[in-house]
This record gives sequence, C-alpha cells and structure tokens, in this order.
Amino acid sequence: MAAEVAVATISAPHDYLPIIVQLIVVLAFVGGTILATHFLGPKRKSKAKLDPFECGIEIHGNARTPFSIKYFLVAILFVLFDVEIIFMYPWAVNFKENLSVGFEAGMNNFIQMSIFLGVVLLGFIYVIKKGVLKWD
Amino acid sequence: MEFALLFKILIVVGVFVLTLLVALYSTWAERKVSAIMQDRIGPNRAGPFGLLQPLADGVKMFMKEEIIPGQANRALFILGPCLAMLTAGMTSAIIPWGDVITINPESVPFSEYFTFGESKTYIVQAADINIGILYAFGVVSVGVYGIMIGGWASNNKYSLLGAIRASSQMISYELAMGLSMIAVIMMTGSLSVREIVEQQDGFNWNIWYQPLGFIIFLICAFAETNRAPFDLPECETELIGGYHTEYSSMKLGFFLFAEYFNMFISCAIIAAVYFGGYNFPFMHDLGLSDNAIAIIGIFVFLGKVIFGILFFMWIRWTLPRFRYDQLMKLGWQILIPLAIVNLLFTGLGIIVFK
Repeated sequence: MAAEVAVATISAPHDYLPIIVQLIVVLAFVGGTILATHFLGPKRKSKAKLDPFECGIEIHGNARTPFSIKYFLVAILFVLFDVEIIFMYPWAVNFKENLSVGFEAGMNNFIQMSIFLGVVLLGFIYVIKKGVLKWD
Repeated sequence: MEFALLFKILIVVGVFVLTLLVALYSTWAERKVSAIMQDRIGPNRAGPFGLLQPLADGVKMFMKEEIIPGQANRALFILGPCLAMLTAGMTSAIIPWGDVITINPESVPFSEYFTFGESKTYIVQAADINIGILYAFGVVSVGVYGIMIGGWASNNKYSLLGAIRASSQMISYELAMGLSMIAVIMMTGSLSVREIVEQQDGFNWNIWYQPLGFIIFLICAFAETNRAPFDLPECETELIGGYHTEYSSMKLGFFLFAEYFNMFISCAIIAAVYFGGYNFPFMHDLGLSDNAIAIIGIFVFLGKVIFGILFFMWIRWTLPRFRYDQLMKLGWQILIPLAIVNLLFTGLGIIVFK
C-alpha cells in the first residue's frame, strides 16, 4: 500500500465544461435521430395497429391499474439505504488522511463508522425479518 | 486556452463516436459469440463475416414505421427512450482513456500554423472532475427514469410490469454497487477516476486488494445493464418484450442501443477502477518516452474494455435467467451484507498494514 496520502484535488468550474459539451453532443445525436426517424419511416396507421399489444387476444381495460405494493416498499427502502451509503462517501475519501494523523485518530474514525454501520445493519435486519422482501 | 477547449471538444466527439462504434459492433460480436457458443455460424451475409450487419440493422431501424399507440401518453412515450440514450451517452465523460500527452511545439509537424506557446500537456479524458465516481452513479441512476417513463407511458400491462421490474432491480443493485465502491475509495482516498487509475501504477491493480469488491461490483454491473442472467425486465416468456413491447423504429433502437452503451461504459469503469485503466505491467521498464507509453496505454485500456465486453457476452450465453425472488434475495440479502463485510475488512486491512 502506498505510503503517501492522496492530496485532494479541487475541480474548478471550467473542469465541468466538457460535460456541457458532451451533453450538447449527445442531445444533438438523440434529437437528430428521433427527428430523422420521424420523417424517414412510412406512416400507415390503422385502428388495430395502434392498440396496445396483448398477444392478439382482446384487450381488457388499460394499464393504469394498481400494482404490487412490494415494488413500492423496495423503492422506499432504496431511498433510505442509499442516503445512508452516500453519508459514507466523504468518510471513505478522508479515511487515509485521518489515519495519517495517527493510529488512534484512524482507529477512532473506524470505530465510529462501525457503530453507524451497526445501526444501519440493525435496521436492515429488521426489514428483512419483517418479510418486506418475501415474494410469494 | 482555445486549443485546450478544442482538444476537449475533439475528445468528447471522438469518444462519443468510439462509443457508438463499439456499441454497434457489440451487437455484431454478441451474435457471433452466441453463434460460436451454440455451434452456429451467425451473421455472414452483409459484408465479409457479416461485418456490415450492424449498419444494415441501423438503417432498418431508421426506415421502420414509427408507431405511437393510441392510448399511450405521447410526450412521455418519446421522452423515455431519449432519456435512456442520453444518460447512457453522458457517462463516458469521466472515463480516463489514457495518460497525459505532452505536445511540444518544436516536435509537432505544421506547428508554425498553430499558436501553442510553450509545451503543454493534455489528458486523454473529457472531464477530469474530482467527483467522477459520484457523477457516474448519478447519471446511471437517472437511466432508471428512462425505462420507467417509457414503460409506464406505453399504457400496456406488460410494459408496465417490465418497467417496474427493471427499475426495482436497478435500484436494488445500486446499493451493493455503491457499497463495494466505497471500499475502493477508502484505499485510494479520492473520487476522481483519474486518480484512482494513477494509483494503480504498473501492475499494482486494485483487483489484488479488492477481489470480493470486484465480484460484487461485477454482479451489480450485470444487473444494472439488464443483461442475462438479470434480464428479467425483458423476459420474453412472461412479458413479451418487457418495457419496450410497444416501441418500434429508432425508439426501440435507443433502448437496445442504450444497453450496449451501458455495457461498454460499465466495462470501462471496471477496467479503470479494478484493472488499472491504462496501466500495464512493466510500463516503465520498456525505455519508451512518456508519450509512447500514453498511446500504448490507450490501446491497453481499450483491450481491457473489449475483454470485459466479451466476458459479459460469455456470461449472458452461459447462465440461465434468475427467478424474481432469487434476484431480490441475491441483491438484498447476499450482496449488501457481503459488501458491508468487505468494507469493514478493507478498513481493518488499511489500519493494520499501513
């Protein structure tokens, strides 16, 4: 493992300029392609063609119906845990720097994050035991 | 400054064209790989070895009739694939394709026509920002919206089911992906992809320190790109075509193409983060100039990426598809705890060995 600690680089606003250039390039590609296909393809519409596809049998209602609550729970849990993971990014970036201060500071830092992780894990175990992810 | 900006624009356009080409030829390679694995010949009519097949497919996509179902929500129906393609194309900005290239005005031909000033260095990367990894994760998660919007706007039950499956699968695996990445960031102390690559000089690749993290990240990459064995969103026996059932012409092409874009980008991120990016063993013992090493490095990086793409294809044509509850169980109950264990052991390892 490298002995020196990475010095955090600071990005100036103009470093983000290429991203705007990239956005323009990709937008131009996407917009141009969608427009081109709109004018290039044939247009022969009929009632049956514009119906939603349901394997050829008669269509029952439409798709604006309720769906399983499980998917919603997964989404909510994702938001919860993702926020907790995002908390750990700044800690991870500064982990080595803290350790370079001294063994004690690094160990303290590690133990504190372990406690945080433990609390997150408790919640995680509760969610699993509650059967949120049981699909029958 | 003007030349620097011009260079950046050149890189952005060049990388985009390269991504397009690689994505096009990935479709050809996928067919050839599957053909070889199933003892078939694969595409061989358009051009030698069927090399013109992707172009023929592209032209076909352009010339097909564009159908927007009567019951669909028109604006969102068009927005869905555009968003999927847009996010797929945006991620390549942070990938370091090569090392620093130094341009010296005396040694460059036709230098009298340019006003360079003194010798300058350019990095072969669109945007070297210090939050590269976060940017990639952010853009990738916007990709979920493209699929969700497209599937919902179709107003078709199969599309809706496919879209819900796809988005819940993608967000579930994003958690383990983020966690496995934290371990690498702890080791490198930076979120910039270029710095992560620079620290893997020579053969000091992250894969040697993070084998478990790499496997977790790889599995999550399969799930994020919706490829087999995680291709449940488009599981044809249950859901017809999944979220793109109602799509036709280039809008369908965008969804399919975005998958290959994403595969290319995730292979590039894996190569950069775990396999040393443009670094290769004994790179400083060859006695070459820095520019030569940088140029070889670009090809080494592309070689690693192409190897990754072929590996993705090999997995796709080898493993059967998961069942939905197995998928969720793997994502939540196996990969997330494993990633947390990996993170803790990485932290302890850094403390003990440093």
